[in-house]
Amino acid sequence: MTALEHDPQANREVPEAGLGRRGFLGWVMAGTTLVVAADLGLSRTAASAIPSLPQVPEVYDLEDLQTDAALPTANLITVTINTDGTASFALPRMEVGQGIVTSTAMILAEELDLPVEKVKVTLAPARPELLFNQLTGGSNTTFSTYTPIRVAAAVARRKLLDAAAIQLGTTVDRLTTTGGIVSDALGNTVAYGDLATSAASQVVEAVEVLLKSKAEHQVIGKPRNRTDARDAVTGRKKFTTDLDVPGALPTMVCRPPEHQGSPKRIRNKTQVLRLPGVTHVAMVDTGVAVRAKTFGQCIDAVRALEVDWNRGTVSGESDQTILAKLKAQELPMVVPQVPVLAQQVDTRFEFMFRSSAALEPYAAIADVRKDRAEVWAGLKAPIVAQGNIAAATGLRPDQVKVNVVTGGGSFGHKLFGDHAIEAAKVSKAMGVPVKLMWHRVDEPRQGRLHPMATSRVRATMLAGQVLSFEQRHTSVTTDFSHGLGEMITSLADELPTGLGGLGFAETIFTLTQELPYNFGVVTQLLNEPLEFEDKFSTGSMRNIYSPDTCVAAELTIDLMAKKAGKDPMQFRLDHVKNKRVRAVLEKVKKEGSWGRAMPKGMAQGVALHKEYKGATAVLVEIDCRPETVQRDLGKETYTGPRVTKAVIAVDCGLVINPRGVEAQMQGGFMDGLAMTLSASSHLRDGRFLEGSWDNYFYTRQWNVPPEGVEVHILESDSDTPGGIGEASVGSSAAAVACAYARATGTLPTRFPINHGQVRFKPKSFVPSMPASPTNGLKKTY
Amino acid sequence: MPKQTFILNGKPVTVDVKDDVRVLWVLRDLLGVTGPKYGCGINVCKACTSHINGKAFNPCSVKVGDLKRTDKVTTIEGLPATVGAKGDDLHPMQEAWLELDVAQCGYCQPGQIMAAVALVKKVRREGRDITEADLDRIRNVCRCGTYVRIREAIEKGARAMR
Repeated sequence: MTALEHDPQANREVPEAGLGRRGFLGWVMAGTTLVVAADLGLSRTAASAIPSLPQVPEVYDLEDLQTDAALPTANLITVTINTDGTASFALPRMEVGQGIVTSTAMILAEELDLPVEKVKVTLAPARPELLFNQLTGGSNTTFSTYTPIRVAAAVARRKLLDAAAIQLGTTVDRLTTTGGIVSDALGNTVAYGDLATSAASQVVEAVEVLLKSKAEHQVIGKPRNRTDARDAVTGRKKFTTDLDVPGALPTMVCRPPEHQGSPKRIRNKTQVLRLPGVTHVAMVDTGVAVRAKTFGQCIDAVRALEVDWNRGTVSGESDQTILAKLKAQELPMVVPQVPVLAQQVDTRFEFMFRSSAALEPYAAIADVRKDRAEVWAGLKAPIVAQGNIAAATGLRPDQVKVNVVTGGGSFGHKLFGDHAIEAAKVSKAMGVPVKLMWHRVDEPRQGRLHPMATSRVRATMLAGQVLSFEQRHTSVTTDFSHGLGEMITSLADELPTGLGGLGFAETIFTLTQELPYNFGVVTQLLNEPLEFEDKFSTGSMRNIYSPDTCVAAELTIDLMAKKAGKDPMQFRLDHVKNKRVRAVLEKVKKEGSWGRAMPKGMAQGVALHKEYKGATAVLVEIDCRPETVQRDLGKETYTGPRVTKAVIAVDCGLVINPRGVEAQMQGGFMDGLAMTLSASSHLRDGRFLEGSWDNYFYTRQWNVPPEGVEVHILESDSDTPGGIGEASVGSSAAAVACAYARATGTLPTRFPINHGQVRFKPKSFVPSMPASPTNGLKKTY
Repeated sequence: MPKQTFILNGKPVTVDVKDDVRVLWVLRDLLGVTGPKYGCGINVCKACTSHINGKAFNPCSVKVGDLKRTDKVTTIEGLPATVGAKGDDLHPMQEAWLELDVAQCGYCQPGQIMAAVALVKKVRREGRDITEADLDRIRNVCRCGTYVRIREAIEKGARAMR
C-alpha cells in the first residue's frame, strides 16, 4: 500500500476572494455517522477555464437549505465514513468492465488519505432526481465525476480533522492524515472509524474545501490493479443471472424470424406448458416468453413452441437495398469551384451493420406486483429504464425500483433498457418474478446494432496545400433515446452556436467529430434520413460515429499524401493541428519504427484520432500474404489478414489509473480491428443471418497481434481526465484499414473487408434457438 | 425424476433432474454454482469452460445423464483446491491473472482461466511448452478484448505451475 501522507495545509493556497481554482463548496449532511456530499454539477466547473460555481449560486440561502433538507440531496452524491474506518460511496454510473469502480475508489482514497482497500464503491440504483446525471456513456464518467467526488472526499477529511482536533486537544493545522489515521506532532493518533460518529452533523452544513493539487497526488496516476479482480478470477463476481432473487425462475423468449417482428398467436401453449420444468408461457410484444426451472428447459420449450408471427420492420430488405437507399440520401459536397490547377481526391466508403452485443447477453430480473415493481439489471441509463418500465407496467416511476448490477460488458448495448423493460412486461404477464436472459442468437438478430452507414470525402489540394476537406456521413438512424437525446433538448439554449436546429444525431455528430488536421475549409456533416426511423434496433457501439468517419478520413488522407508525393506519416505531421496530436503521432512514429522495410504483402499503417478531450495515434503492421490470409484453423474460424503488431500513443488528459488506461486502449484496439477486418451482420430478406460467435467474427486469439499491443501514455498538460473507454477504437480501425490498403495496393471501400462473402450456414430462424449440443465429452482437452 | 450424482469440486452431489438437462444449468440454476458463465449455449464462446477429471470441457454441451457417479467436475470455484491451496490462496494461474490485471468486465475470465490451466497441462502431457500457435488456438471469446494480457498471464501462470 502506498503511504498516503501530506500536511493538510501545505500547498493549499487559500483563495483570496471567494473560492479559487481548487476551492469548492461541499456539504455535510445530517446523520448519525459522517455523511458528506457534493453537487454532481460541479464537473462543469472543472471543465471551464474560468472557475465558477453555477450550481451553487451565492444567493442560495443556507437557512432555507437547512429548513428544506431534502432539497440539497436532490443533485448530490454522498460519501459516508463508517465506524469501521471505511468510506462508502454509491456511484451513479455503471461498471461494465471499463474500470470506473477502481478509478473512483482511487480518486476518493486520494482526497481522503485513506487506503484504496478501505473505499467501498457500489453502483447506485436509479435516482430519478439526478435527471441527466446518471448516464454511463460517451466516455464521460471520470470526466464528469472527478471534481464532485473529490469535493465530497475533501469535506469528509476536513470534518474528520475538526473532530480529531477536539478529541486530541489541538488545532487542525497541527494534524496530519495518513492511511485513514489522524496524527498530531506528539504521536497521538485517532482512526477515521473512531471519528465517524463524532464528526457527524445534526444539521446540513456548507463547508469550503481546497482540493489537492496534481503535484500532491499519491494515488491518482499510479498503476493499480482492479478492485474487483479477485472476485472476477474466482468466479465470485456477480452478474445479473448470478443473483438469487426468490422465485425469479429462468425465462427466455421465443423471438420472431424477422428483425423486429412480433407474435400473432401461440398454437401449442397447452403442450408446451406440459414440458419438463416449464411453469409459465406468455405472449409479450417482442415474442413468446417461457419460464422454467432451468434455462436449458426454457431453450427446449422455446424450440417446441409453434407461433404465428407478424412481419418485421424491414421485411424483404437486404444489405443491398438499404445501401441503395442510403446512397440516394447522401448530402452533396459544397466545394463549388475547383481551381484550375487543383487536385481532387474523392472517396466513398460503406460500413455494414455490426452487433454491439457483449459476452453477457441481455439479462434482467423483474418482480412486478400490482402496486410496485423491482428490477435488477445492467443498465447504463437506469433513470430512463425506470420511466420506461413504469410506462410498460402501468405503474408510477416511484413505484419502480431499479437496481443497477455490474455488467458483463456493454459497448453501447446496455445504454438501452430493452432487457429490463421486457423482463418487467413478462413478469407482469405471468404474475411471477422472472430471471430473463436472451439466448445468444437473439442478440445479433434482435439486439442493438451499429447502423449501416456511408461516408464520402472530398479533398482539394493546390501545390501541396490542402484547401478543403469535406466529409458527408449518411447513416441509418442511430437511436439516442437512452437519454443523450433528452440531455440535448434540455441544454438547447446552452449548446455552442451552430448547433441550432439540428436533430439529436446531427448534434452528437457535430459534438464528437474533430478532424485533428489543418486542411483549410473543413466540413463534416451527418445525414440520418427519416425513412429509417424505427426500422432497425440501433444504438452507438463502442464509439458513436468515429470508427467509421475516422476510417474514411484517414484512408483519404493516405491518398492525399500519395497525390502530394509525401510519406503518409510526414504528410500527417505536416498538417497536425496542435502539439498534443503531434506528440502522439511522433511517439508512434518512433516506437513503431515507422518506415522500416517490410516484405511484400506486409505494410505499416498509421492513423490519428481526437475525441473525448484526448488524442490517440495508432501504428500497426499487417500481414496480407496468402500463407497468412489463408491460415486454416478449422471450422467456425475466420482468419484473414493478420495485424502482427500495434503501437498506440495516447494523451488522455490527467490519468487516474495508467493500468486501466492501457487496458482500455488494448480493448478498444480489438474492437477497431474487428470493425475493419471481420465483424459484421448480414441483412437478408428482413433477417439478420448471424447467430453466435462462430459466425459473428469478433476478434479472437488467432486475430490478435502476436507481437503485442504496445501502449504509450503521454504526459499531459491537462488537469482534468479525458475519456478512455472508446478513445482507441477509431484510430485502431483506421490504422488497420490504411495498413491493409498499403499492403495489398488496393483501397478497401466496404467494411469489414470480409463482408462480401457469407462464410457460414445461418442457424435456424424457426425454431428461433439452436439446441445445445450433447457431444461435449468428446471435445475435452 | 432421476437422481444425478457426480463429484463437484471435491464433494459428491446429487440432483433430481432429467437426464437431458445440460450440466451448465444443473450447476448454475439448480446448484447455485455460478462461476461457469453462459455465453452461447452451443460450445462456441467457451465462457462455461470447466474441468472434467482434470480436462477442459464445456458443460453447456454435456447432458447431466452422461456424467458418471465417479466423474470429477471442477469449476472455477474448485480450482484452487486442485493444487492444495488453503483458505484464500489461489491457483497459480489465478495469481498470474491478478498480477497482470487481466479482467475487465470479468464475465469470460473464469472460463479463460480454466481453459488456460487445461492447455498448460495438455502441452505438458505432450512433453513441451506453450507456443504462440497454442495461444492462437484458444477459442474463448473475450468481448472486452483482454487477449494480450490473457496471453501474457498464461505464460506467467504456466511458469508458476511447474
